[in-house]
Amino acid sequence: MKNINKLKTEVLLFGRLAELLGTERIQLEAVADTDAVCSQLEGLCPALKQLNYQIAVNRVIIHGNQHLTDGMTVALMPPFSGG
Amino acid sequence: MNIKGEARYQRQILLKDFGRSGQEKLFQAKVLVIGAGGLGCPVLQYLAAAGVGTLGIVDHDVVELSNLHRQILYTVSNVGLLKVNCAAERLKEFNPDITVLTYPVQLNNQNALSILNEFDIIIDGSDNFPTRYMINDACVLLNKPLVYGALSETEGQVSVFNVADEVGIKVNYRDVFPVAPQPGEVLNCSEAGVLGVLPGIIGVMQANEAIKLISGIGETLCNQLMIYNLYTSQTYKIKLSPADPGSTDLPLDIPAFMKMDYNWFCGISIPRKELKEMGPDQFLQILQENSFTIIDVREPGELPAASGFDYISLPLSELKREIPPINGDKIILFCHSGIRSIIAGELLLEAYPEKEFYSLKGGILRMKS
Repeated sequence: MKNINKLKTEVLLFGRLAELLGTERIQLEAVADTDAVCSQLEGLCPALKQLNYQIAVNRVIIHGNQHLTDGMTVALMPPFSGG
Repeated sequence: MNIKGEARYQRQILLKDFGRSGQEKLFQAKVLVIGAGGLGCPVLQYLAAAGVGTLGIVDHDVVELSNLHRQILYTVSNVGLLKVNCAAERLKEFNPDITVLTYPVQLNNQNALSILNEFDIIIDGSDNFPTRYMINDACVLLNKPLVYGALSETEGQVSVFNVADEVGIKVNYRDVFPVAPQPGEVLNCSEAGVLGVLPGIIGVMQANEAIKLISGIGETLCNQLMIYNLYTSQTYKIKLSPADPGSTDLPLDIPAFMKMDYNWFCGISIPRKELKEMGPDQFLQILQENSFTIIDVREPGELPAASGFDYISLPLSELKREIPPINGDKIILFCHSGIRSIIAGELLLEAYPEKEFYSLKGGILRMKS
């Protein structure tokens, strides 16, 4: 538990996600995995639950939930349609 | 090899890595640009100027005044005209030595494969999710490199899909975004607004990826997604990898692709149009307009033969087996007495709910009397 309490994760937000949360960057503490990142952010902004987005950890796309260690960067990216 | 108008390309041939061989490769390349809008315009302009030998353009829209701030191929006098024609004319002015092919159609899963198959590289400059998923799936099935570009209000995404990296791994759009957003979830440029320079920047990045793919210089964005932020001028690149096979809705073969309902997949329901009947007088009137596709659904050899207008023969017995691609948005069907044309109309409406179908009331019998 000690480790998890110290854990700091930087979250980068793109597109509509940045707009909804009012920032492009958030620091979260004590998030053990990417699912926990999503649920914390959904707590801040429930509208996020309705959105589809992809997640990258340290600039690598993930498929499913991923365990996080201290200092990792999580990026949340929605799809864009405009042309 | 002889490159038509070679002197024009002297500055890029000078570039060490690119050289004359790069120019030859561009001259032999065939690139299809889907959408001649904000992204398509800069892509087309730079690829035409760079000397890509054959460019195809797909777009069924006309130029609007509100396009001009970002769709830089068009002028005020083009408003109301088909984009593909205006773009082709402009590109020929820039570079008369290249071939420009135009497709003034709405791309759908019935016509996509035959159009895409004629080209080496496909560039997605479309503006909606159903088309983006469809282009991706067609490229996977035909094994064509896809240069992807898309915009939100102040950000753009660029990637190169369906190209194997050095260890043979390929990624497609569905690996990145397996679940289609529902209507209203993501806004496009006409809903949320966009500064004209954003599609300019992203479109030129797409043109760059295409030039790198063709000539073999540099490193492409193969298996990477690049996000560009217009306000901060920052780019963010992430490494992509394939999703579990079977976890996406990618159609596995061509018949599955042809049956896919891309609007439904993206949560869009198109109100189904009703089959309408048209009397002989109105039929004679519309013959003057030339805006209808006319189809005879009788079996071969049935009399009386239709004369005095152009039509396609598509016997009902064949329609019941397989629905072929149908050109045009307004279609009138006729048969002997107006009964089989109703059955054919219902079948075609099922396949093409966005088109308008009419049945000639009383059939060709009533026309002749």
